[in-house]
Amino acid sequence: MKLPDRPKARLLLADGLMLTGTAIGHPGTTGGEVCFNTGMTGYQEIYTDPSYYGQIVINTTAHIGNYGTVDSEQESERPQIKGIIVNDYAEVHSRNTAGESLQEYLEHYKVTGIADIDTRMLVRHIRSKGAMNAIISSVLSKEEMEAELAKVPSMAGLELASVVSTSEPYTLGEGNKIKVAVLDLGVKKSILKNLTDRGCVCKVFPARTSYDEIKAWGADGYFLSNGPGDPAVMDYGVETVTKMLAEDKAVFGICLGHQLLARAQGIGTYKMHHGHRGLNHPVKNLQTGLGEITSQNHGFAITEKDVEESDKVEATHINLNDNTIEGIAVKGKNAFSVQYHPEASPGPHDSRYLFDQFIANIKK
Amino acid sequence: MPRDESIKSILIIGSGPIVIGQACEFDYSGSQAARSLREEGIEVTLINSNPATIMTDPITANNIYLKPLTKKSIIEILKKHEIDAVLPTMGGQTALNLAIDCQKAGIWEIFDVKIIGVDIDAIETTEDREKFRLKMKELDINVCTGETATSFLQGKEIAQRIGFPLVIRPSYTLGGTGGGFVFSADDFESALSNGLHASPIHEVLIEQSILGWKEYELELLRDGAGNIIIICSIENFDPMGVHTGDSVTVAPAMTLPDTVYQEMRNLAIKMMNGIGQFAGGCNVQFAVNPENDEIVAIEINPRVSRSSALASKATGYPIAKIAAKLAIGYNLDELNNQITKTTSAYFEPALDYVIVKIPRWNFDKFEGSDRHLGLQMKSVGEAMGIGRNFQEALQKACQSLEIKRNGLGADGKELKDQQQILESLEHPSWNRLFHIYDAFKLGISLATIHKLSKIDKWFLCQIEELVVLEEEIARYDLETIPGELLRTAKEKGYADRQIAHLLGCWESEVYTKRKETGLNRVYKLVDTCAAEFEAQTPYYYSCYDKENESVATDRKKIVVLGSGPNRIGQGIEFDYSCVHGVLAAKESGYETIMINCNPETVSTDFDVADKLYFEPVFWEHIYSIIEHEKPEGVIVQLGGQTALKLAEKLDKYGVKIIGTSFKALDLAEDRGSFSSLLKELNIPYPEFGVAEDAEQAIELSKEIGFPLLVRPSYVLGGQSMKIVINEKELEEHIVDIMKKIPGNKVLLDHFLDGAIEAEADAICDGEEVYIIGIMQHIEPAGIHSGDSYAVLPPYNLGDFVIRQIEAYTKKIALALKTVGLINIQFAIKNDKVYIIEANPRASRTVPFICKAYQEPYVNYATKIMLGELKLKDIEFKPVKHGYAIKEPVFSFSKFPNVNKTLGPEMKSTGESIYFIDDLMDDYFLDIYAERNLYLSK
Repeated sequence: MKLPDRPKARLLLADGLMLTGTAIGHPGTTGGEVCFNTGMTGYQEIYTDPSYYGQIVINTTAHIGNYGTVDSEQESERPQIKGIIVNDYAEVHSRNTAGESLQEYLEHYKVTGIADIDTRMLVRHIRSKGAMNAIISSVLSKEEMEAELAKVPSMAGLELASVVSTSEPYTLGEGNKIKVAVLDLGVKKSILKNLTDRGCVCKVFPARTSYDEIKAWGADGYFLSNGPGDPAVMDYGVETVTKMLAEDKAVFGICLGHQLLARAQGIGTYKMHHGHRGLNHPVKNLQTGLGEITSQNHGFAITEKDVEESDKVEATHINLNDNTIEGIAVKGKNAFSVQYHPEASPGPHDSRYLFDQFIANIKK
Repeated sequence: MPRDESIKSILIIGSGPIVIGQACEFDYSGSQAARSLREEGIEVTLINSNPATIMTDPITANNIYLKPLTKKSIIEILKKHEIDAVLPTMGGQTALNLAIDCQKAGIWEIFDVKIIGVDIDAIETTEDREKFRLKMKELDINVCTGETATSFLQGKEIAQRIGFPLVIRPSYTLGGTGGGFVFSADDFESALSNGLHASPIHEVLIEQSILGWKEYELELLRDGAGNIIIICSIENFDPMGVHTGDSVTVAPAMTLPDTVYQEMRNLAIKMMNGIGQFAGGCNVQFAVNPENDEIVAIEINPRVSRSSALASKATGYPIAKIAAKLAIGYNLDELNNQITKTTSAYFEPALDYVIVKIPRWNFDKFEGSDRHLGLQMKSVGEAMGIGRNFQEALQKACQSLEIKRNGLGADGKELKDQQQILESLEHPSWNRLFHIYDAFKLGISLATIHKLSKIDKWFLCQIEELVVLEEEIARYDLETIPGELLRTAKEKGYADRQIAHLLGCWESEVYTKRKETGLNRVYKLVDTCAAEFEAQTPYYYSCYDKENESVATDRKKIVVLGSGPNRIGQGIEFDYSCVHGVLAAKESGYETIMINCNPETVSTDFDVADKLYFEPVFWEHIYSIIEHEKPEGVIVQLGGQTALKLAEKLDKYGVKIIGTSFKALDLAEDRGSFSSLLKELNIPYPEFGVAEDAEQAIELSKEIGFPLLVRPSYVLGGQSMKIVINEKELEEHIVDIMKKIPGNKVLLDHFLDGAIEAEADAICDGEEVYIIGIMQHIEPAGIHSGDSYAVLPPYNLGDFVIRQIEAYTKKIALALKTVGLINIQFAIKNDKVYIIEANPRASRTVPFICKAYQEPYVNYATKIMLGELKLKDIEFKPVKHGYAIKEPVFSFSKFPNVNKTLGPEMKSTGESIYFIDDLMDDYFLDIYAERNLYLSK
């Protein structure tokens, strides 16, 4: 064994904070909005979740890379993140079933990262200053980094779903009976697996597919997927969802899908101060009174006040930490949605009952 | 559901005296539960026979019963108080067993007492191996193949079916007593017989061996509504085969992918729901096949455990405190996170650091014991290190152990014998961790180390990396070492002493170099949420990251040094004193800062001191905190020998020692100067001499005369202390001591054969002395004071003797300029009182006397140390009724090959208190009759 000998890299935040660390993954420069995830497991699932598209992820857990990577734990075809910021980066991994090490994996997909950063300090910084853009580079000078940073677009007002969505429709779960049309805004594989495991045949449509085209397939229910970006600039999606709701079919939305369902009912959305990202967020189901520990990943949320005042939707789930709305049902309709990730992956499986509920709604 | 208003009065059952497998973690859980319930306005009644506990203190409960943990005592309590419910989950297996006994006898029903926090059926299911197996089958959860046997013949038949290696697990035993691996048919019969005998119902489970699989534990909490959360995942560094209490453990799990972890989480929830629908805590253990991630369930404990105490300290989530609230009806979503105070208690802690727990063993006290680790727990204590990475946490835990190492490696103490190392890797004892390091250092391959130890490659590589780093550091000296490399070493937890060893310089030079280059510790919060939310609770650990979160206030403050990992001779009694010291300093207006590294303790409960630094009680760490906090001074006399031995260095560095000065502490420890003092004061002491080798010793023995009490100077709990009766024995023992503790001087005391022993504890303010209690030992001199039965007050010492004891105590306390507590031990022969030793610090007996006389002596002593009080300001009102007997409790059952023989070296692990009205009491007469039985030498 040799001591790791990696080049230096620097991290520059939009507010001027500059930190030095070690270059990991693909050497070079990367930029995006920095956000933190407090999960202690599941880094590969996080990196491949399309909802993280355009973001640089801080993993707060002390060690990253300990168990390498495996193909079966990809949430999409490739990492979707712009970069990673970690504390201790594992040079050696241990898992008999693992394929590549995290380093090989990041190099393979050309993902740039930085290690040996005081991630806790960074989280506290973001917690007080809010989400912001950042640049990681192992090659550029400070001035060059500043110039690059200026080019990173702001997440507010950014439409990204169509960027990560499939370009062609495809079908999964062939032979199954329940037909679910999936509006792919950046869908995670585990969502589709949860549906196909429950007897669904899923046809996955690109984000900008017209309602008529989707309707033509003759689905039993509609699923609105998770995805990246600002829901406020997705009128095309809102339009599709509005039309779906006009039918009396079962509709289920997750994350960005939830936000679109809300917008389709006149509920506003806003960019959160620094979002919810982790595997330990407490949510209370207001209908059963029971709690669930949820996997979360969102930087936008639906406006609480609008929900309170709305006669079209009712809140079904709330976050016990900050009382934000975590789930809604459309009154008089067979439609519901949640802000968090019942498919988990990574995270606790407490909320997978929602998929059963969706299937039950379809069968209603 | 909000709390059950029908519960107004609760009985908590404690865990009794400390034994291996059940230690002060239950004082932590019991006292947390009691406080948590009292917050709700509930009247708390506590029963525990262990006087050295915080839980049995008036600060903790409304009604305290220091009574034997028997049905009789429970009935007595229930007759006297209107108890609505009993909470039996806070006192380990002892409390659960007592609750079951009472249930079977119908006692709870008669007195209309509700059992909360668990249900009896759940205990039965989890403790009875066969019921557990069947339950798991019913839940469709994998367990090892196995069957239960209730007879010898049945056992042999089962073994034939399963094949070797296999495991024997007796039902209803504590800490795995009587269990073990059997590798061949030759060893099976005796192992089976042991197991059947160890089980109180003579039942064992014979099971397929999964030796070498990865081992994990999850800590769960469930409320009455059915909400379940996982507080912590713990990964065992030592794979299956070593009892988890004897394993090095790590949190969070280091090598678990999310898919496997979530499957484990689902199984744990299913198991907890499967055994019953109670509201409370639960611990579940799993093994994972490293080849294919297959998971099997090992066991489930429906109560607060050693691991939940560890998990509470590891995460900042106070499991016992919340479990108590759940037991009275609250749901998790109705409670707040106790650290952030603003977010919900219904969540799963996220860690952004690593904790490593290392057990502490005391095999040296059990001569002839089998030192190999297995299914039966043998350790007596533990230390926890917190770091920003595994290596740092590991080094800190090693620095906390107080086994004369400066951490892992870099101290020139490695074993170099390849055969011994290989043997140790495969058949672990207490030192395997150190031998893994030695193996890498010798150049033994990772593959071989893994093959023999089965320890996960990730952990092994972490240690290998340390060895490689050391080799790199050793290429430099103090002048040439690159700053980056020095930083890396510090980030990985190396102490200045270790680095000095590698660079060939002094610790102070490394320290100076660090200061010059600005390489300083920073402090981070343990906040349950990886900094996602702001935390209100000042619970800190150090690291070498960038940002410091511990803001030093400008209040006047005081540091209390804790007593480190529990061991024989230094246990829960010192934690009791530390906690009271902290509380007294708080009352006196000081900001209190606690430093300790023992996760089982009440002192490391973040609710106790104003600031908790969970750090090794190791010079470098303590000095860093002192530099950062700039306290008025440090209290060293409450934390036992661990804290006391740091006094010299504190004094040298100009840090004020609160209370008795270092000079006085040193004088009392130094036999020569102390005897000169006694001579001056005209106080008798046994003839003695100091020898540096066997030859000198034999010369001296002629002057002093046999029998002789022989011991090294500066030791704890009578370590290596022995009574010898002739020159041959003397020489053998001196050679032994020199081998164990090279360079130490040896003390020879004339042993007063057949003398009576007594001890006095006193408080002195420098001007006046108040004797808080005198205890007379029942056994004759020669048995360590910690191992003897003792009676408070003396039961047959004459007035003349008592007057001598009182006079000498006062004289010595004043001559030593004691400010605070002092303990003096006496031998009495022919009505003449001799001084054996004086310790100007809190002793093991102080909590006992506090409890027996119902007085807060540690509180008074601390205020006197701080100069807040003088003795004349205190109105002492001891409750004196009858006698209190201190009964030593041993853990010999864990070491089947060791005979119970007692001598000057302490062997007991715990004690209990027993009150009698008069000396005609049967209990007293029995132990008095047996007083000479176990004395060996």
